Amino acid sequence: MTNDDILARLNATHAANILSHQEYRGDLTIVVRKEAIVKVAMTVRDDPALAFDLVIDVLGVDMSRPENRFEVVYVLYSITGRRHLCLKVLVDEETLVVPSVTGVWPGANWHERETFDMFGIRFEGHPDLRRLYMPEEFEYYPLRKDFPLLGIPDSLPLPRR
Amino acid sequence: MSSRSEETRKSKILAALEDQDTSVVLDDPLENAMVLNMGPQHPATHGVLRLLVKLDGETVVAAVPELGYLHRGYEKIAENASYHEFIPHTDRLDYLSPISNNVGYVLAVEKLAGIEIPARAKYIRVLCCEMARIASHLVATGSMAMDVGALTVLLWTFREREKLLDIYDVLTGARFTTSYTRVGGMSQDWTPQCTTMLKAFLEEFEQDVKDVEKLLRANRIFIDRCEGVGFVPRERIVALGVTGPLLRAAGVPRDLRRDVPYLSYPEMDFDVITAAESDALARFYVRIAEMRESAKILRQAVANLPEGPFRADAPKQVLPQKGPTYTRMEELIQDFMLTNIGIDPPVGEIYSAIESSKGELGFYIVSDGTGQPWRMKIRSPSMTNLQALPDMVRGGMISDIVAIIGSIDPVMGEADK
Repeated sequence: MTNDDILARLNATHAANILSHQEYRGDLTIVVRKEAIVKVAMTVRDDPALAFDLVIDVLGVDMSRPENRFEVVYVLYSITGRRHLCLKVLVDEETLVVPSVTGVWPGANWHERETFDMFGIRFEGHPDLRRLYMPEEFEYYPLRKDFPLLGIPDSLPLPRR
Repeated sequence: MSSRSEETRKSKILAALEDQDTSVVLDDPLENAMVLNMGPQHPATHGVLRLLVKLDGETVVAAVPELGYLHRGYEKIAENASYHEFIPHTDRLDYLSPISNNVGYVLAVEKLAGIEIPARAKYIRVLCCEMARIASHLVATGSMAMDVGALTVLLWTFREREKLLDIYDVLTGARFTTSYTRVGGMSQDWTPQCTTMLKAFLEEFEQDVKDVEKLLRANRIFIDRCEGVGFVPRERIVALGVTGPLLRAAGVPRDLRRDVPYLSYPEMDFDVITAAESDALARFYVRIAEMRESAKILRQAVANLPEGPFRADAPKQVLPQKGPTYTRMEELIQDFMLTNIGIDPPVGEIYSAIESSKGELGFYIVSDGTGQPWRMKIRSPSMTNLQALPDMVRGGMISDIVAIIGSIDPVMGEADK
């Protein structure tokens, strides 16, 4: 299954939901309309010609630009097709909400929690959206570009002397 | 929870206690679910995994793993370090197979920068990856057997692992924190001494695995404690995104070495081991069989190791050899530029993965054209595999948790990043 096959297959059913695509070093990334991500995910998983049944990763990227500051990337793998595929949605700083794909792939649960933990992007419909690594009372999102490498003083409660 | 609601809750409890007789009377003292906190400091959780377990008597009703006790923020560090500077940090991800993390990371950087490495380097990396897989599986099988009560196995497998660590020592100069690979090649060449040591190891290895198996194959206690324990159906394992020996023990023959080939794996002859049972015992035997396959690959790789350079010839991206750096001007400039400015891969984003001993170890790198990655995501197999833990322990006994964690073989350095 080549990159062109996948694009043609998805364009046949979801032409209105695909904003653009990019190919770099053989990796195909398809940018999907944020509202349609669950529908596209369903197709990508259930279409027997695609069958991307394994969710490898869900990750956020802070692009630090005025519009659509954040990106959420879904890395998928097809066991029968023996290849990876990346889907991407663009997230605006004002809304910061993405529909959750845990209903499609239950394995996205912790990956979405991690993205919430690190970037503050909320996943609508997630069963248990808590921080994964940082303490619950931590107020910042450490992987945003405006969070300093050295951390923020007094942001983490330390044991009293 | 805010402090105010906490206070109202406390005052309500106090009021309720003052109102009535405080001695607790239950109709049936056994009709209670108990919540047990297991870890983060617990010998059977293999590091700092914390589990909250809800128990009905001895039966597990639900379990929630809590992560983050070893979170060091490696993804943030990566954004503030050059591509070369991050290599030592990859040792500390899956610290049971550091050398294959090194390989997985530089493969991602090389894909991003478009560097082609020589054939000898590919073979040396295959040797590294397979030695790491054997070393890691030896710990996994040994500690799992120890967790269910067979201490001897651990001692025997650690004895074998020690021989591999000695080879690391000769090859890289370190036993654990190897930091062996460089972008475009390796820090040092494979030496004839390594070949001799590896051949000696492989000669004894077959018999040693047989001995370990003999201890357990007919061991009633071991089989009773592992057979049917931690069963998850194949569909659920796939839905949870589990990879590695756990996925193969559920009957899915997925192995990136064969399916998405990298390095010189297409030239190697090996089988992808699967089992159908999807329980702790099946995972144990998949690991044992995978060690034999890795030994097979090691034999082929060491016999066919090609001659030639072990580092790519790409002066703008690959560090020069140490000797010429001290004696020649061009190499000194090259070293200076690469250390201070870094390899500047073109703008773009890639995902690259290898089949590490625990599953799919992937790196998603976004480059903005400078010497530091704009964003680097580490896809660690242990974290995703741990997601299946609640499904595995539900309905089992509390003592099964120990066997199940052993069969998942999580490394928290990798799960917490």
